Amino acid sequence: MQANLSMTAEVLEQHNLTQAEYDRILSILGRSPNLTELGIFSVMWSEHCSYKSSKLHLKRLPTRGPQVLQGPGENAGIIDIGDGYAVAFKIESHNHPSFVEPYQGAATGVGGILRDIFTMGARPIAAMNSLRFGPLDQPRNRQIMEGVVAGIAGYGNCFGVPTVGGEVVFGECYSQNPLVNAFALGLFRKDRIFYGKAAGIGNPVIYVGAKTGRDGIHGATMASAEFDEASESKRPNVQVGDPFLEKLLLEACLESMKTGAVVGIQDMGAAGLTCSTCEMGGRADTGIEIDLAKVPQREEGMTPYEIMLSESQERMLLVAERGREEEIVRIFRKWEIDAVAIGEVTGDGMLRILDRKAKVAEIPNRALTDEAPLYNRPVAAPTPTSPAPAPPGALSMDWGKLLECFLASPNLSSREWVYRQYDHMVRTNTVQFPGADAAVVRVKNTRKALAMSLDGNGRYCRQDPRVGAQLAVAESCRNLVCAGARPLAATNCLNMGNPEKPEIMWQMTQVVEGMAEACLALGTPITGGNVSLYNETLGEGIDPTPVIGMVGLIEPLSRLRSSWFVQEGHRVVLLGPLVGGARGYSSAVRHSLARLQPLRERGADVYSRWVSRLPCPPLDLDLEVRVQRACREGIESGLILSAHDCSDGGLAVALAEMGFSRDGAGTLGAEILLPRSDEVGEVLFAEYPSRILVTVAEGNLAALEKIAVLQGVPVTPLGQVVPDVLSVRSADSVVLERSVASLEETWRNCLGGFFADPL
Amino acid sequence: MKAKVFVSLKKSVLDPQGKTIHHSLQNIGFGKITEVRQGKFFEIDFDSELTRKEVQAEVEKIARDVLTNPVIEEFSYRIE
Amino acid sequence: MKFGVLIFPGSNCEHDAYHAVRKVLGQPAEFIWHQSTDLRDCQAIIVPGGFSYGDYLRTGAIARFSPVMGAVRRFADRGGLVLGICNGFQILLETGLLPGAMLRNRGLKYVCQQVSIRVENVRIPFTALAREGDVWTIPIGHMEGNYTLDAESLRSLERNRQVVFRYCAADGEITAGANPNGSVANVAGICNARGNVLGMMPHPERASEPLLGSEDGVRLFQSMIRSRS
Repeated sequence: MQANLSMTAEVLEQHNLTQAEYDRILSILGRSPNLTELGIFSVMWSEHCSYKSSKLHLKRLPTRGPQVLQGPGENAGIIDIGDGYAVAFKIESHNHPSFVEPYQGAATGVGGILRDIFTMGARPIAAMNSLRFGPLDQPRNRQIMEGVVAGIAGYGNCFGVPTVGGEVVFGECYSQNPLVNAFALGLFRKDRIFYGKAAGIGNPVIYVGAKTGRDGIHGATMASAEFDEASESKRPNVQVGDPFLEKLLLEACLESMKTGAVVGIQDMGAAGLTCSTCEMGGRADTGIEIDLAKVPQREEGMTPYEIMLSESQERMLLVAERGREEEIVRIFRKWEIDAVAIGEVTGDGMLRILDRKAKVAEIPNRALTDEAPLYNRPVAAPTPTSPAPAPPGALSMDWGKLLECFLASPNLSSREWVYRQYDHMVRTNTVQFPGADAAVVRVKNTRKALAMSLDGNGRYCRQDPRVGAQLAVAESCRNLVCAGARPLAATNCLNMGNPEKPEIMWQMTQVVEGMAEACLALGTPITGGNVSLYNETLGEGIDPTPVIGMVGLIEPLSRLRSSWFVQEGHRVVLLGPLVGGARGYSSAVRHSLARLQPLRERGADVYSRWVSRLPCPPLDLDLEVRVQRACREGIESGLILSAHDCSDGGLAVALAEMGFSRDGAGTLGAEILLPRSDEVGEVLFAEYPSRILVTVAEGNLAALEKIAVLQGVPVTPLGQVVPDVLSVRSADSVVLERSVASLEETWRNCLGGFFADPL
Repeated sequence: MKAKVFVSLKKSVLDPQGKTIHHSLQNIGFGKITEVRQGKFFEIDFDSELTRKEVQAEVEKIARDVLTNPVIEEFSYRIE
Repeated sequence: MKFGVLIFPGSNCEHDAYHAVRKVLGQPAEFIWHQSTDLRDCQAIIVPGGFSYGDYLRTGAIARFSPVMGAVRRFADRGGLVLGICNGFQILLETGLLPGAMLRNRGLKYVCQQVSIRVENVRIPFTALAREGDVWTIPIGHMEGNYTLDAESLRSLERNRQVVFRYCAADGEITAGANPNGSVANVAGICNARGNVLGMMPHPERASEPLLGSEDGVRLFQSMIRSRS
C-alpha cells in the first residue's frame, strides 16, 4: 500500500473528521490510514451515512407490526398488503444538491429513491415529493422552485413512474434552504424480495450501470497540495442524472432477478462504491475484495480515492451466484448496460480494495457500518415563551373576503401548476389524481388500491416540535382515512438544523418522541427513512421539519372516496370538534384575526403571515384515533360518500375546496348553518386537528351520527350541498357568501401567476 | 479531427423556446434584440486516420440523416 | 385481433397499452423487441409512448433506425394497422410514415392532464365506431406535442381528411384555449392517406376504464378490432 500520509488538522477538517474519530480509526486499523482509507472512513462516518447524531434517538420509533416485512436498515421498508403482494417504500432528502443546482439536484434525488425501491426487486409504481421553498416574491426562490419541479418531472416522466402527489410549502426559513424530499413506492410479490447482502464466499461482485466519473466528490476535501494523489481534482461536484439509463437499469435488474442468479443487490447512492461494498458485506458478515482497474470509468486518470468516493448516478452493485455471472451479464448487455465482475465475496470481513492487484485499502467492514461512531449530543430546551393573552370579545369582519385572501395564498392555492408538469398517469393505475387528500393507485389484478400521503408542518414544529410531529403523523393518517384507506405504515424524513447545537438536538428528541407517540397510537410503524441535518445558512436553521410519508390500503377498491362534493342535496357533516381544546390556542387565533383588520389586498399572502404567528394547536391523540375510526366505519358501511381532511386554512377553506370542480365537472356550493354565533372566525379559520368534513345522503345522517356517538366523536351536521354558492349563516345572519366558481379561479391561478415569465 | 455541427429550426418554423427567451431578455432590459433562435450543438471527434474530405462526407451524412429532422431543422458545420 | 406492442429502450407505456388490449379488451397481444424484424403475425401494431432512447437527440429520432421499424414500414405498406401513441406518434413522424414534425409545447413545459378531443374522421378503421363530432375525454402527457407542418402540406392533409382528432373545448368547439400545446389547427392526431396508420398525442390506453376517469379510448381499440373481423 501507499505510504501513509501525515494527518494534519487541516486534512481531518477537510474530511469532516474530529481528532477523536481519527484516533478511533488509528486503533481500528492499528496503523495510520492512507488517503483512500481516510476518504472511505470520512464518507461512511459522515452524518449522512452513519446517522451518528440521530441513531440513538431514532431507536425510540416503533418499527414493528404484523404488516411489516422489513423495517429500517435496508434500502427501503417493506409491508405486506395481502394476497402475496408487498410494497417497498421510502422517502429521502436531496436538500443541499437542490439548492446548488435545482434541476439536477431534484432529478438525482428522484433517481436515488427509485433505485432504493427497485434494488429490492419491486417495480416503482408511484412517486411523490415534499417540497419547501422560500416565498415566491423573491426571484431566486422562483428559480429554485421552477428548476426543482422541472427536475422531478424530467426524471420521473422519462423513467415512467407516475408522480401522483405530495406537498409544496412556502416559508421564509426555506429561502436559502429548500427542502426536496422524494418518496417512491414499488410493488412486488412478497416471495421475490432482494436484499443488499453480499452472501456466499467466493461469489462474484458485479458492477452494473453507468460508468464512474468524478461527479459528487467533495471538491474541498482535495484542496491541499500536499497530496499527489489528490492534486488534479477541484471539480464541480454536481451530479447529473440520466433517467433513460435508469429506466434501462430498472428493466435489466428486474429481468436478471428473475433468473435466480442474483444473491444480493444494492444501489450505489451516497458514497457510491464505498457504501455499497461495505454495507453489503456488513449485512452478511462477509468481506468484499474488488479491483478498481475493472471498474468502468468515464474519465481518465481517476485515483482510487476518486473511484471509491464518486457519486456518479445510475449504478448498482450486485452479488451473483458463482458460475452464473454470464446469465446476468447477458441480460444487462441486452439492455446495453455495462456489467462487469470487479471482485468477490470473501470470508474475512474486510473491505479490500485493489488497484491492478496492488492493495490500496483494507478496512474491516463493520468498522465502517455497525461500529461507526454514535453521539449522544447535548440537548437543551429553549426558554418557554410567555402565555397567550386573554381572549378578546366577539369579532366581526368580512369573512368572505378573508376566505378569498386565504385561497389566494401560495400555501393554500391549487398545486396544478406543479403537478401538470408531472406525468401522474403513466402505468394506468392512478385512480385519484393529485389535488386530493391522498394519492391512490390501484393494484392491477386485485381488489386493492394503495393510498399515500406526504405531510409535514415546520411552522408547528418550530412552536412545539413534539406536538408538531404528532400533528404531521395524524394528518397523514387522516388523509388516507379520507380516501377510504386503512393506514399501514410510514416512512419519515427529518429535516433539521445543526445537531451540534443543543437546542437543535432538543428539537430532534422532541420530534422523535412525538412521532413515536403518534405512530403508536395510530398503529403505523416507521419502516425506514432518512435524516437531513445541517440545514442552515448563515447560522440560521430551518424550522424543524419532519415529513411523514404514510401508506395505507384500500380494499375493496369500492371503498375509495374522493374529497369533492358528489351531488346537490347531500348533507355536509363535521366529524370531530367544531372548536376545541386549549384556551391558549383559541385566544391566539382570535387575537391574530383581530390584527388582520383591515384586510390587505390580494397578493399580500395574508394566510402565511397570519399562520406564522399562531401557536401549535393542541392535539388529543385519543380523540384523533376515534375520529379516524368513525370516518373509516362510515366509509366501510357505505354511508360516507366523500371526505375531506380539515387542516391548513381551517373549515372554510376545506368547505370551498370540496366544491371546486374536478376533472372538468362543474362547481358545487354548500349552505352551512353554524351552531355557535360568537366564534365565527375561530370556527371557520382555526386549524384544529382531528376534524373531517364528510357528505352523506339525506337519509343516512342518523346512521352516521350513531357511528360517531358510539366512537365518542363529536358530530355536527353543518348543512347541505347546493349549486355554485358557498354560504355560511350564523344565527340569523349570513356571515359569508361567495360564488365557488370565483373562489376557485382565485385559488387555481395563484401559483401559475408567479411563473408567467420564464426567465 | 473534430467536427462542430449546429442544428437549428428553419427560419419558416416557429421556435417557441427562442421566442420565449427573446421575450424574457427584453423584459430584463436587453431591448435591442430583434430575434433569438435556439438550437443544438454537437462536437464529434473522428478517427485520426480519416482525411478532411472523408470527415466532411461523414459529417454531412450524420447531420442530414440523424441529427436533424429535415421537416423542421437545418444544420451547418465546421471542421477543426 | 392480435396486437403487437413494440418495446424500444426507454418505452414506458408498453405495459399500459398491453393491459388495455389484453386485459380490458380481451384480445391476444404480444410484446415485440426493437431488435426484432418479425411481427409475429400480429394484425395491428402499437408503437407505445415513453422516451425512446431518452429522447435525448430529438423525440423518436433514434427509434426510427431500429430493425423493427423496417418491418413496421413494410407491414404498413401492405395495409396493416399501425397506431402510434405519444412518443409512438413522434416515432412515426420521424420514420416518415406520417407527415409533419413535433416542436416543444408552446408553454415549454411538460403537460399532463385530461383534455377533450373531437373526432374529425370516422371513415378509417380506428374510429369506425365513433360518430363525427364525438367529443372524447382523454389524457395527454408530453413535452413535444406542438405538431407542425408547412401550409401547403396542411392544406392537403385537411383536404384528404387526414386530421383524425383535434383538441376542443368540452362542448366540441375548436378554440385556441382548448389547445394545450400550440399544435397547428389544434391537431391531436392524424392518419396517413390510406387511413391505416394513425398517430395521436393523447393516450387512449389511459382512458380505457371508468376507474381511470374515462373509457373513451376503448372506442378506438374496438374500432380497430371491428375493422378486421
